[in-house]
Parts: sequence; structure tokens; C-alpha cells
Amino acid sequence: MSTPQYSLIGTRPPRHDGADKVTGRALYGADLKMSGLLHGSILRSPHAHARILSIDTSKAAAHPDCRGIVTAADFPATPERIVDLGEGETPLSYIRGNMLASGKVLYEGHAVAAVAATSAQAAAEIAKLIEMKYEPLPCVLTAPAAMAPGAPLLHPDLRCKEFGQPTTAPSNVADHFRQVMGNSEEGFAQADIVIEREFTTSTVHQGYIEPHTATALWNNDGRLLIWCATQGSFVVRDSVACMLDLPVSRVRVTPMEIGGGFGGKVPVYVEPVAALLSQKTGHPVKITMTRREVLEGSGPTPGSFIRVKIGAKKDGTLVAAQAYLAYEAGAYPGAMVSPAATCVFAAYDIPNQTIDGYDVVVNKPSTAPYRAPGATNAAFATETVLDEIAETLKLDPLDLRIRNAAKEGTRRADGAKFRRIGCLEVLETMKAHPHYSAPLGEPSHAAAQRGRGVAVGFWMNAGLPSSCTLNVHADGSVGLIEGSTDIGGSRTSIAMQAAEVLGLQSEDMRPSVVDTDTIGYTGVTGGSRTTFATGWAAHDAAQDVVRQMKERAARLWQVEEVQFANGVFTGGEHKLTFKQLAARVGEIGAPVVGRASVNPRGAGGSFAGVIVDVEVDMETGKTSIIRFTSVQDAGKAIHPSYVEGQMQGGSVQGIGWALNEEYFMSAEGRMMNASFLDYRMPTALDVPMIDTAIVEVPNPVHPYGVRGVGEANIVAPPAAIANAIHAATGHRMRHLPMNPPSVMAAILRG
Amino acid sequence: MKSFDYAAPRTLDEALSLVAQNPQAQVLAGGTDLLVQLKNGRRETDLVIDLKRIAELKTIAFDPKKGLTVGAAVPCAQLCAHADLRQHYPSLAEVAGLIGGTAIQGRASLGGNLCNAAPSADSVPLMIALAAQARVAGPQGIRDVPVEDFCVAPGKNLLAPGEFLVNIFFPIPAAGFHAQYLRFTPRNEMDIAVVGVGVSTRVENGKITAARIALASVAPTPLFVKEAGDSLIGQAPTPEAIAQAASLAQAAAKPISDMRAPADYRRHLCGVLTRRALTAALAQ
Amino acid sequence: MKKVHVQLTLNGEPAEFLAEPRQTLLECLRDNLNLTGTKEGCGDGNCGSCSVLLDGQLVTSCLVLGVETDGLRVDTVEGIAKGSTLHPIQKAFIDNAALQCGICTPGFLMATKSLLEHNPNPTEPEIRLWLANNLCRCTGYDKIVRAVMIAAAEMQESAQ
Repeated sequence: MSTPQYSLIGTRPPRHDGADKVTGRALYGADLKMSGLLHGSILRSPHAHARILSIDTSKAAAHPDCRGIVTAADFPATPERIVDLGEGETPLSYIRGNMLASGKVLYEGHAVAAVAATSAQAAAEIAKLIEMKYEPLPCVLTAPAAMAPGAPLLHPDLRCKEFGQPTTAPSNVADHFRQVMGNSEEGFAQADIVIEREFTTSTVHQGYIEPHTATALWNNDGRLLIWCATQGSFVVRDSVACMLDLPVSRVRVTPMEIGGGFGGKVPVYVEPVAALLSQKTGHPVKITMTRREVLEGSGPTPGSFIRVKIGAKKDGTLVAAQAYLAYEAGAYPGAMVSPAATCVFAAYDIPNQTIDGYDVVVNKPSTAPYRAPGATNAAFATETVLDEIAETLKLDPLDLRIRNAAKEGTRRADGAKFRRIGCLEVLETMKAHPHYSAPLGEPSHAAAQRGRGVAVGFWMNAGLPSSCTLNVHADGSVGLIEGSTDIGGSRTSIAMQAAEVLGLQSEDMRPSVVDTDTIGYTGVTGGSRTTFATGWAAHDAAQDVVRQMKERAARLWQVEEVQFANGVFTGGEHKLTFKQLAARVGEIGAPVVGRASVNPRGAGGSFAGVIVDVEVDMETGKTSIIRFTSVQDAGKAIHPSYVEGQMQGGSVQGIGWALNEEYFMSAEGRMMNASFLDYRMPTALDVPMIDTAIVEVPNPVHPYGVRGVGEANIVAPPAAIANAIHAATGHRMRHLPMNPPSVMAAILRG
Repeated sequence: MKSFDYAAPRTLDEALSLVAQNPQAQVLAGGTDLLVQLKNGRRETDLVIDLKRIAELKTIAFDPKKGLTVGAAVPCAQLCAHADLRQHYPSLAEVAGLIGGTAIQGRASLGGNLCNAAPSADSVPLMIALAAQARVAGPQGIRDVPVEDFCVAPGKNLLAPGEFLVNIFFPIPAAGFHAQYLRFTPRNEMDIAVVGVGVSTRVENGKITAARIALASVAPTPLFVKEAGDSLIGQAPTPEAIAQAASLAQAAAKPISDMRAPADYRRHLCGVLTRRALTAALAQ
Repeated sequence: MKKVHVQLTLNGEPAEFLAEPRQTLLECLRDNLNLTGTKEGCGDGNCGSCSVLLDGQLVTSCLVLGVETDGLRVDTVEGIAKGSTLHPIQKAFIDNAALQCGICTPGFLMATKSLLEHNPNPTEPEIRLWLANNLCRCTGYDKIVRAVMIAAAEMQESAQ
């Protein structure tokens, strides 16, 4: 297959929102001003698990600055029903319950009531005047504890779905599924070496810098208008409409600029509460979380207990694998265990596999997606066990992986068969990378030791619907209307895909991200799908523009056929550039408006690998990252700078997850480190430059071959760092984070 | 944050009478601790008295014969940049560059670090090692307090109602004197010391003639371990002497386990860091 | 509690506002003066998104009371560009993809401005140390550090 030649795709034009974002002009959710605006504040549970005995709002309501108070009782009275908002079937009461608790609180930080007042400071003070009476209940904080017989139950009505069938006994396990391929017992019997290990990982947070914020106005025409920081305006619309029992047409959501999400701004938290307060007060109401609220009351990503067993022949051929994945969903079902099962062995062709997944509720915040949700925990286990197999068999760890790499046609345990993928190309790029053969360098002091580790990760990426409208202006510029929140330069990567078709430059495009009334349904900015799917819609909309422009040119020139190539329309001896023709559309006919919507089924999975060098201080257990290389298959890098940016950002999040980040919980279920001081995310001083190598194995279904690069890059870093720590110290780390005390403990254990 | 009034006196006398009239008032220097505590409800007040408009609290004065006087509200950034301080008290300039990050150092002060009385305060062990004196103003006049006596419990200092800290005095370092503060943090910056060790040593004719060792984050207050320093006096600066002092420091540590680190790890670090800090100071 | 009249020099121009003493400078900028370019990420000085210059000194405006700024100079992200011309630091951030979501960008720009005023030719470790008070969760810092180096070089060149 010859590589297509592009004029714009693969270049690095400046982003369209650049000037707004370096001058402070870009409007984020918290920046919104509105006449009559009130400020909301949410009262949250101090208990990890407690029965709500009473809520007395009288003192709060009597405060002169108080304008309204809501609790779960203010949701419209609707019978319980099962709803599906794209994350699987869930009882309505669970979805509402995470907005405002009813009956019981299930985690510290669980919202119980909210106040609207004349200022944010006043609202926060008034919320404290609400008098809550609780009966504290015993709590469970980890999956194994919640699965143990006699564990306190979070939801008396919850029954485990076992292999897809309902069971009858109350349980904290919402779902237990099994994926089987081949026969793992027989597979292990053929193996020369079998290694089985247990792993645990702590709860971690996405750590976006902008706290959740939403402003709601229950307008006098009965429409509910919402402005918020979200990864998916249509998800907000559908969720809020569902919770408030409104038709979706009554709700309009305007996505503001968003200050990071990484999956954590897919779910709603404050939007329905602001809406209820607006309904009650008749004013627009803004709620912005504090950092503590974000950590305690939004959705982190699951902690987990994982057991992985892998069998190999002496030559390194993997013959069988087994995984036990117990993931903490937090307070409500929905741990990302199904994608974890998809990813746990996805990089390898292993004929015999058995994978058990458990979705377990615990008394922690209800979890949310975080960049390749579920996959990082799983890869930590698999990639560490593989490193041990390579060590035992005296094989190069990359050779072992290359020998077993998944390829086109490889089947996964979930039944899917890979189309063209770039796993092997990523591994071979790693092997050939100068970093892999470079000397480790001398340790910086006498007590330091260095080591190198590798690992690879997979994320399947999502499709989902996207819509795009293109308005051709008389000066030849094109307004691009889309619905994908731009978290990392996607306005530009989408606009470039339309501009390439039209033969225009990036700066000829005028992309706008608009509200849910103004653009067709568009799924979340998540699943690494935005450049892939909304870009695809932009490509198709541009083709629609070309079709219409050709028709206008044919009429103008009175010719039968018009050609369009390299930005020039030709018909007979006539010739006009796109811009020249755009200027004359007015005299020929109606304005040219191109549009397209897509719902692609063929998202192309992405593989990403890491080579990392660490230095461990053998007297303190502290690990420093000395050199880091991220390799990822982008399919096609539309804007390489922002592809690299995704790889670098995911890598550093992975470094934080590996080394220091965790929810440090007291025995009573309180988060003891709910601040950016003690929830230790890496600063610029904790990481080196992150080298990148973009691999391009085109996704055969996408017009430009795009796969999506947002997520796979976070999967491998913790495992690669664990392997590097082993290389440096001789110790295998099987718990995340591998913080200084735990590495030191391993060293002292000897 | 609860509502409060604000006053910014211009002179010491004005401040003294304000503080005397409002014993529940909170005095404000850099605010990097106070404002956080007012926001999270750990402290409440009806009046904040901003001391940054008083010249004495904002001045660095160096007298090559006597020593260095640092106003209680001088921000760390100013200490880092001060030429005399960098030359004569390099360890102090270094510790000023450790507290928080750049923007925090634009506000945070040694005085605030001391008055906040956190067991983890980075500057306090070093100030103890430097034999610093805290000058306190109050209704009874001025009194000087050795820094090691200043903190009495987590978040509590010995200031009586009506008193506030004016400045901190550092004696002029003698020949052969070196000081060093080392801390351990999981992140390289923007972190709280899991353990901190401040040491000072004086070597004359190949023998240690003075030594002071103080620890952070291993006791309810910054901990002056006199016996650890004393053990070095009269000895040659050998690894054995250093190891002995380190083990005395370690023995004095009474750390707790919390979200920042387990106690046994802190105890372990105490020995490692004391050894490293002494080695560094004695190698200078 | 009585509101206090505060007069200051804001981005080089005289300005005034009425503040409750408990209002932070960050709140005063955003709510009282309508300058929403300065962002709140944590409220306790640990993310640097609200960084501004106070009398030329880099500070986190969430840990400064608005009333403290009476008679002082405050510079925010809104004052970096000269009219319609972007400052070289702003341009370097755009050209080198040093921002993704952009919420931390105003803080990084102010911190960088302050760094290059103190040290016009910083090394990579010096940049990383100076910027450690500013959290970015999107970029992994790589492109920010590079943009600062490029801005420094350009400013050096144009100063000659």
C-alpha cells in the first residue's frame, strides 16, 4: 500500500484557540458571569458509610443570604427504573443517589444537600448550618474486603449478575463475568514455566487542574440551560434530562472551555444540583467545586486486586494466561473491569486464556473513567509477570514480547479479532530506539543504583457518533461547527482534516465548539475518539462541501463535469481556486453548507510502549526517572505536536500513578490527603523530557488512518517503571504506588 | 472563610496595641499557612492584623561583627536573593529556597514558618542548628527566645496573648563553621518533609569543637537533639563519629505514621539524613 | 464586616475595588475586577494556576488577601501582551504546543515571565525548579520547558 501524500495532515499549524488561551480570554466554566447569578455550595458527608437520620435545614434557610436549599427529596417523584446513559444499565436511584444522597451516604464527600446564596463564600458558610444526623455504619474500602463473607453491604438491593444471570443473595459484587478462550488448564500443562503473582493498586485521581463547575438556569419558558465543564455536552444533556425527568429537548447544554478531564469529566456531578437550585430560586445558579470536593466527591479511578498467571515454553512462546480482576467501583456499580479484561492480555497472541472480572462496590467515591480506564492496573500485572518470565528464561524482554505480539487476525478472549494493528511495529520501534541500547550512565551518588525497564500497553479506542457542519464564507474561509469539547488542540486536528479535503490551510478554518441545540449528536471527548470520529465527520462534511461547490461551478461555467484537485476546481477550460469559487457562490445560488455525521464502528486500537531508566536511592527508596521514551501507534498523526503532547501527558500521569499518587484512606474511610499538597502529582522537577516516537500503522477504516492517541500511553508506564526498579534493585514491586517507603521496605526485607 | 476585619499597622507600637486589644486576632505575615487555615476552618478570627507594613518586620540587617537579623515577615524569595545572606549563611539561603515553590517563596517567611509551629517546618531545624534567637514583642516589652524553645506543640508556639514575633537573629558564623539542612520528600519540591535534619558543625585543628543537630517531622515539635551534637565534640570528623551521632538522632526521634509516611520509615530516614547532613557539613 | 476600598496599579493602570477583607486577591481579580484570566485550581497555593506578580514578586493570588494589595502593583495574564501583539512567551507557548487544556497556562505564563526577569538564560533544571510551583496535568511539562527555553532565546536575541 503506498503512503498517501498530504499537504496539511502531518504538519504543525498553531491551534485556533491559542491566542484566547494565552491571554486569559478563553472562557472556562467558572468564568461565566450572568445577571442575577447565585452561587451554590454542596454539603457533603463526613462519614464513609452512614444512615441519614435527619436533615434539618431550618437554620440555614433563615440566613439572610440564603436563597434556596435542595436535597434528594427535590428530585421529581418518579418510579424506580433502569436507565442506560451509555455506561451500562443502572437503576435511576443510583444515578440520582450519587448527585444527592438519599437514605444512606456511601462515601466521605457524598453530597447530601446544596445551598444557593448571594456569594460563593456565603453559600459555603450557609451549607455548614444544615444540621445532619447520621448513624455511622461499618465501611469497606477494598475489593477483597467487600467480597469477604459478612462484609457490610452498601446496597441492600444489589444482587450479583453472575455470568450474565441474576443471583438472589445480597452482595457488594455487582457483576462477575468470565471470558474463556481455548483451555487454560491444558495450556498451563504444556508450559515449561508458569508464573503467578498478585497485585494491588490504590485509587488514583485524574487530577485535572480545573475543578468541576456548572451554571444552570431553569428559564421561564420551561427550558433548562446549562453551561459547564464537560467532556460531553450531550452526555450532560441526557443525564440531566433523565435525572430530572425531562425530555432531552427541554435541556440545552453549552460546553465551556474545559480545564482537563482525562475521563473524569464524562460523568455529571454538580449540573443536576445547580438545575434543582435554579428551579427553586428562579435564578441562574453556579456551583464550582473546591479541590477537596473534587478529590472526595468526584470520580477517581478504581483501585484493584489482580492475580495474573502466565505460562510459557522455554523458547518464550506464551501458551496460557489467566487473570482475576477485582476492581473497586466505589459507591455505585461500574468499575472499569470489562475494558480491563479486554486489555489485560491484548498485546499478545496467547491461545488459552481465562479472565474473571469482578465489579465490586466499596465505600469510596463512585469511580469514573481515567485515560484507558482499567487497562493501566491490568498491564501493571501482566507486564511485570512477563518481565519475570523473560528474566527466568534469560530472554530479552522485548524479544519475548515481539515473539508473542498480537497481529492482524489475533483473537482476544472477549472474542474480538484484531484488524490491522501496530503492536509489533511499536515493539520493534522500541527495540531499535537508541534509548534501548544506550548505556545507563553512572549513578549520581554512592547509594544510588540504576535500571532500565520496558512495558507495552493497549487501548481499544472508541467510535461513537459525531457531527460536523461546514459553512463556506465568501472570503473562502470555512466555519466549522462541532460538538467535541476541545481539551488538547482537537479544534485544530479536526479542522485540518476538513481543510485537507478542501485544499485550504488550517488558518482558513474557523472551528467552533457549540451547544447541544446547534450541532447534531456528538459523543464524549473520550475514548481517544475525537480526532478519529469528529475528524472523520469533518472530512465527510468537507466532501459534501466539495460536491456542492462542484455543482455551483458546473452551473457557473455551464459545463457537465467539474474536477477538484489540490484546491482547484476545473471544468473545461475554466479554473477557479476554492477561495475564488467561494467568492462567487452568492451569484450562483444558495450558500454552501456542508454537513456530515458518522457513527464509526471501526475504531482502531492503539498500542503504546515505554522504555524507562530509573535511579533508586537504596537508602531512602526514592525512585527518580532518568530517561523516558514513549512509543505509540497513532495510525496517522494529524498534528504531530498534539500527538506528542498526548504521549507526554499520559506518560507523566503514568509516572505519578507509578510512584506517588494514591488515595490515602483512614480505617474509617476518610481521605487523609485531599489536597494538591499531599496528593502528590508530578511537578516539572520530578520528570525529565519525555522522548516520543510516533509509529504510523494506518487504521484501515479511517479516511486518514487515524487511530486515536489519547489513552494507550498511560497504560505501560507503571509496569515499565516497576521493571526498571527491579533491574536497579533486584526487587519486584507488586503494589501501586511504588512510593519511597514501599521500595525502602522491599530493600530492607532483602 | 468566615468574615473578618483587616488592619495593617505601620509601626510596632501600633501593632502592639492592636494585638493587645484583640487577643483573638490572627497576625498575618506571608499568609501561606494562615490563609489556608482560615479557609479550611482550622483557625477562625474576627480580625487579621497584617504586619507587613511594619519596617522592622520587613528588614534584613547584616552586621559582620554580630550577625544577621531577619524581619519576621521577610519573604523567602528575598532571603534567597540577599548577597550577604548567601555568602555568610548559605544554608539559610538554601532552606529559604526549599519552602514551597517559587510563588510560595514570594510570600512565605521564616517568621511564619516558625510561628506556625508545624513539626515539619523546613527552616526550624536549621535555625536551631544555627543557634538562632527569636525576638518577641509584647505588652511587657521585648524578649529573646532560643528558636529550639519556640514551638511547644503541633501548631502551638510559646507566644503569650498580645505578643508577636519581630525578627530572628543569627549569630555570625565562626571560622570552621558549616551548616546544612537536608530533608526527604517524595516529590522534589512542593512537598512536606517526611524527615528533615538541620546540622551545624565547627571544626578547629581537625577536631569538632561545636555541633548542633535538630530534626523535623519526627516529634510533635521540631526536635533539638542536643546529645547527638554533643557526641561529636572533641572528635575527629570520622564516619564512625558521624554514625554515632546519627544513631543518637535516630534514637531521639518519636515519629508517627500518617499519610505522608509510616513511622518506621521516618525513623530509618532520620539516621540516613543525619549521616548525610553531617557528612556534607563536615566536608565543606 | 465592612468592605475596604483598595487602590492599586493593575497591569500598569490605576485601578480600585471594594473588597471584603476575607476575599482573596484571586477572588477580587475574578469577581470584583472581572479579570477571569487568573484561574483557581486548588485554593491553597499548590497548583500555581492563580499566579500573579505582586510588586514584581511571583505569588499565588489565592493566598493573598485583596486588601493587602492597597498601594501595590499587581500584574496578571491580561497584562502580558502589548496591545494586540503577543509577548514572546505567549507566542512560544502557542507555537510549541505548550498548552493543551489551557487552564494552567496563565499561571505558567506569569511564572515564566518572572523567571526570565530573574534569569534571562535559564538552564533546563533551573526552569524545572522555578516552575515546580505550577502543576500541569496535560503536557507532562516537556513542551512547556522547551517553550520557555525558546522564549528565553528569542527575548535574548531581540534584546541585542
